[in-house]
Amino acid sequence: MRKEITSKDVRKFLSNNIVPIIFIVLCAVCIPVAGYTGQYLVDQIITRIVRNSFLVLSLLIPIMAGMGLNFGMTLGAMAGQIGLIFVTSWNIVSIPGLLLAAIIATPIAVVLGWFCGSMLNKAKGREMITSYMISFFMNGVYQLVVLYGMGPVIPLSNSRVILPRGYGVRNTIDLLSVRKSIDNFWAIRLFTDENGTGGITIPVLTFILIIALCLVIVWFRKTKIGQDMRAVGQDMEVAREAGIKVERTRILAIIISTVFAAYGMIIYLSNMGTLNTYNSHSQIGMFSIAALLVGGASVSKASIKNVFLGIILFHLMFILTPQAGRNLIGQAQIGEFFRVFVSYGVITLSLVLYEIRTRREKAESARNLALGQKQEEKA
Amino acid sequence: MSEMSKSLLEMQNVSKEYNGNPVLKDVNFSLNAGEVLGLVGENGAGKSTLMNILFGMDVIHQTGGYGGKVLIDGQEVKFASPLDALKAGIGMVHQEFSLLPGFTAAENILLNREPENKSVLSLVFGDRANTIDRKDLQKQAIAAITKLGVQLDPDMLVSEMPVGHKQFTEISREISKSAIRLLVLDEPTAVLTEKEAEMLLKAIRNLADQGISVIFITHRLQEILDVCNKVVVMRDGRIIKELEAADTSIAEMAKLMVGREVSTDKPKQDHDERKISDKIVLSVNNLWVDMPGETVRDVNLEVRDGEILGIGGLAGQGKLGIPNGIMGLFPAGGKVTLNGSEIPLNNPRACLDSSLAFVSEDRRGVGLLLDESLEWNIAFPAMQIQNKFLKNYLGGLIKWRDQAAIKEVTEKYISQLQIKCTSSTQKAKELSGGNQQKICLAKAFALEPKLLFVSEPTRGIDIGAKALVLQALREYNRKNGVTIVMISSELEELRQICDRIAIITDGAVSGILPADRPSEDFGMLMVGKTKKEAM
Amino acid sequence: MDRAMEILKGFGLPRLIITLFLVALFIIAPFAGISVTASITDVLGRFGQNAIMVLAMVPMIHSGCGLNFGLPLGIISGLLGATLAIETGIHGPVSFILAILYSTPFAIILGWGYGKLLNRVKGGEMMIATYVGFSSVAFMSIMWLILPYSSPTMVWGYTGQGLRTTISTEGFYYHILRDTLSINIGHLSISLAEILFFAFFAFIIWAFLHTKTGTAMTAVGSNPVFARASGINIDRQRTLSVIMSTWLGALGILCYQQGYGFVQLYQGPMYMAMPAVSAILIGGASVNKANITNVIIGTILYQGIVSMTPSVMNSLIHTDMSEVLRIIVSNGMILYALTRKTGASR
Repeated sequence: MRKEITSKDVRKFLSNNIVPIIFIVLCAVCIPVAGYTGQYLVDQIITRIVRNSFLVLSLLIPIMAGMGLNFGMTLGAMAGQIGLIFVTSWNIVSIPGLLLAAIIATPIAVVLGWFCGSMLNKAKGREMITSYMISFFMNGVYQLVVLYGMGPVIPLSNSRVILPRGYGVRNTIDLLSVRKSIDNFWAIRLFTDENGTGGITIPVLTFILIIALCLVIVWFRKTKIGQDMRAVGQDMEVAREAGIKVERTRILAIIISTVFAAYGMIIYLSNMGTLNTYNSHSQIGMFSIAALLVGGASVSKASIKNVFLGIILFHLMFILTPQAGRNLIGQAQIGEFFRVFVSYGVITLSLVLYEIRTRREKAESARNLALGQKQEEKA
Repeated sequence: MSEMSKSLLEMQNVSKEYNGNPVLKDVNFSLNAGEVLGLVGENGAGKSTLMNILFGMDVIHQTGGYGGKVLIDGQEVKFASPLDALKAGIGMVHQEFSLLPGFTAAENILLNREPENKSVLSLVFGDRANTIDRKDLQKQAIAAITKLGVQLDPDMLVSEMPVGHKQFTEISREISKSAIRLLVLDEPTAVLTEKEAEMLLKAIRNLADQGISVIFITHRLQEILDVCNKVVVMRDGRIIKELEAADTSIAEMAKLMVGREVSTDKPKQDHDERKISDKIVLSVNNLWVDMPGETVRDVNLEVRDGEILGIGGLAGQGKLGIPNGIMGLFPAGGKVTLNGSEIPLNNPRACLDSSLAFVSEDRRGVGLLLDESLEWNIAFPAMQIQNKFLKNYLGGLIKWRDQAAIKEVTEKYISQLQIKCTSSTQKAKELSGGNQQKICLAKAFALEPKLLFVSEPTRGIDIGAKALVLQALREYNRKNGVTIVMISSELEELRQICDRIAIITDGAVSGILPADRPSEDFGMLMVGKTKKEAM
Repeated sequence: MDRAMEILKGFGLPRLIITLFLVALFIIAPFAGISVTASITDVLGRFGQNAIMVLAMVPMIHSGCGLNFGLPLGIISGLLGATLAIETGIHGPVSFILAILYSTPFAIILGWGYGKLLNRVKGGEMMIATYVGFSSVAFMSIMWLILPYSSPTMVWGYTGQGLRTTISTEGFYYHILRDTLSINIGHLSISLAEILFFAFFAFIIWAFLHTKTGTAMTAVGSNPVFARASGINIDRQRTLSVIMSTWLGALGILCYQQGYGFVQLYQGPMYMAMPAVSAILIGGASVNKANITNVIIGTILYQGIVSMTPSVMNSLIHTDMSEVLRIIVSNGMILYALTRKTGASR
């Protein structure tokens, strides 16, 4: 017996997946207009997956714990950047450099995550705006440390990192010493031309790392703490009654997310090869969240599938729009503004849809009551 | 002595007072293993307080503990928290479900007691990194469900369950706690369909047969007869009588529940001989209201001009939903006519425009602007609805708040209702409950309504203030000829002040009687017997 | 003593620190070789420039919509008004009036839509407002490129298409208020017109809150259920408040431009809500309570710190940490308001 697909089902499917659908249509329109080769696009998308998936994956756990989109992941990104600033200054190269950066970043991320989690416990019900403001606030503290503290207070002197005036970190830092060291450790090249350029590059080790993190998340869901987080995410009061330590669990969710975000940032920057000391982290938060939402996640529900679908669609749009804009109107800038608009627009749309859906569910019971009386009358 | 050793639970001279008001006096009863005890009584009879004492709830400790002794197996116990009670094998299922909608029945049953598998990783990260043993979880859940003896799919999500299954999940959770010996069920059948309730009753017997004792709190007296060994009837904080279920009847229990002594059964009202006209001011037809916890299903009611109509009934039966629905505060349907013209529902403005007014039972949530002055609270609706207390400038284009007029009216009501406050600009949140209630009344009086709904006007205020509030209502009715519909959980209060009383059960009117009828009659109506049966 | 503590508690520790900090700056300033009168001139100038944008927070806070993180939407209406006024090519004071007139319909329409949206997402207003602001700024960035403006003062010279990132208001309404009715006492210069302009709108808002409708709006913010039970159409009051806030935002940016001298397009309005939000909070407002006094005190304190810190710091330790301090203080203040237990439920 196959269930018949009614128009109601179709409508429900559409309204639940409106964001990914918009993106698929958008990309489908842009691909021919931009005129890139398939090979180029695939290679680009692989690069983007390598760069971003760790960061986007770090958002999953707070969603599980009912704390919404963790705009505070920026804090983790800051921790990762501080780690990279140190290893670059100390001239530690390649994979050991990245490992050390991760080791330095971990305690910083834990402390920042704990701070963020404790603040969010004081602002239950408005976690998102609060975590968003925390990221802005900590951005100030980060600048204070990096721009004024590094040099006089925290001893760093390498001129590749420190500004000529003797303190403060340069605006951009070249990460040549660690650039692509994970990616190139074991890379497979396909479809290269005679010169060995072009084609598709698959950085196997990075993929192994990403798959490992996915497995960790899958495993995490099955653990006691994962179960507790799901419980806390659904109803804090019920969880508390059952004896689960709600506040602790919520802080833990944020700490884990922050630490993953720190590692994700290190992977991201090592792939990029340059660090924008004062900008990289603030943008990455928005792009990661937008990517996750594009993949069909909502404020209260997200899966690994959403992460990868989101990265592919979102970054496909990112690659396509400037070129499409140039080909269509003769201005690449329009495409650039367009993708910024789309990133913000997607987040807005998802937040609005989430709120509306929550309210609609509440309105359901009245309809049932009216229905009940009508049926009684008939009977 | 053999009698003693058999008792699982015994209460000896238990008493309790809140701020000097005794709420429990000298309670004694005992319960043997495998027995089902029915606990009945009106709202406020002291059932919840008794259970709170048994479970060592924080409310009890914070308000100075209790008197008397609680014994388990003949040993005195004093539980510091519900968790201690749980360790001693006492579990409770509350009226509100405490379930996670996105978890399955099995996950809910074993919430925070999930069986775990140890792994290498848990050595590093601690016990919380243990994975959950799904198979064992399933097994334990099924064991609990089987013990209860009901049909329940362990893999079903709570959000998709009918209410009855939620209730079963909740009970299964208590049963799954290994040491469970005594289970307290607080109105478990209130939300169930007839068939589900039947299943539950069977399950209760099933548990009793396995040696688990049950305290069963319910308003449905037939269920008591069906399932209990004995019945304890409470009223005004005392145990009125302990009965063998086999030897009693619904009528007897109902009478004991609500009845004052038969001799003093005349209500205190100095029934001033007065004629209520037959003119109908308000008629309500097929009203349904979606008010959570107070659902109204199908109410038909007529209110006569100039009378005080009481609406009574047990908590959760829907009496509060009636005014809230008519006044547009909760989604409602049906037909409401005032003086022959239909009032649109779900539109508070239209109700107020047609000279209805409402004093809500939720003073702090609905009734008051806690952060604003008394002046604002009293004058606001009249200002918005009837353009009172406003000065018009530019031919009415600018409607300026007339501070002097607002102050005047506020002070008038402050003195008239004897509201205790420092000044008319004091913030509403700083007043005591009784004075807040008077502010709510003043707010409604300022509207000069033709018909006034007053919902639970004496809830949570002390005795002195109670009398004043009731007096104010009666005077308002007599002097201004305003029809009043008063909703209250306290039958005696209704009988004091009302002309007629309607009793609501299960979201519908089960009967309307003159207020001077004996309280047993109302008691019968409350426990769901129709008017005819009550006669 | 208890009473003193209570007042202190009501005042709030962060606010106290900020006030003391500003006082300290003014005390140190002469020793650091900074003229106090010049500083006061600067602070008052900034006050006149920014106060209306802070005032734009008041209606939405009153109706319970929370802090108006969507201020960029109002700013965009103002920018549309400004660019249209410049496009007409009319110079002088008239251009300012034109800019106000042109921006009004945009503010009303955008505010109406924005209000309707916020009514559908009650409880999540602030987050959504933030992103509505961002999205609209990003959307308008595209529009600035493609809208058919032609005034040579605004359009990029070399392509002849798309507006410049910053447009000078010189010759149009540059210092139109600043230089009118200014009082000069030695080095101290106070622009009376700017302050009167703010005072006028502050008075209108104050007066509005004393009318029947204003009372209803306050009640909606104070207890929406009470308001509904009293027959108030909550959604209508909220929409009205959002329109008012948006329109004040438009006025605010125009007032800012006449003092600052430039119209900033594209990403310019992106983060302009934060200083305004933070200023009103510093002034003593909370997520659901605000009045005109909060606006005035808050703007003076906030702008005082923003303008005094760089000069004093620079001359003392020869380092300009002011931008970083500004970020920490202003966002810290918002964070403080959001995490206070006694704050609003939304």
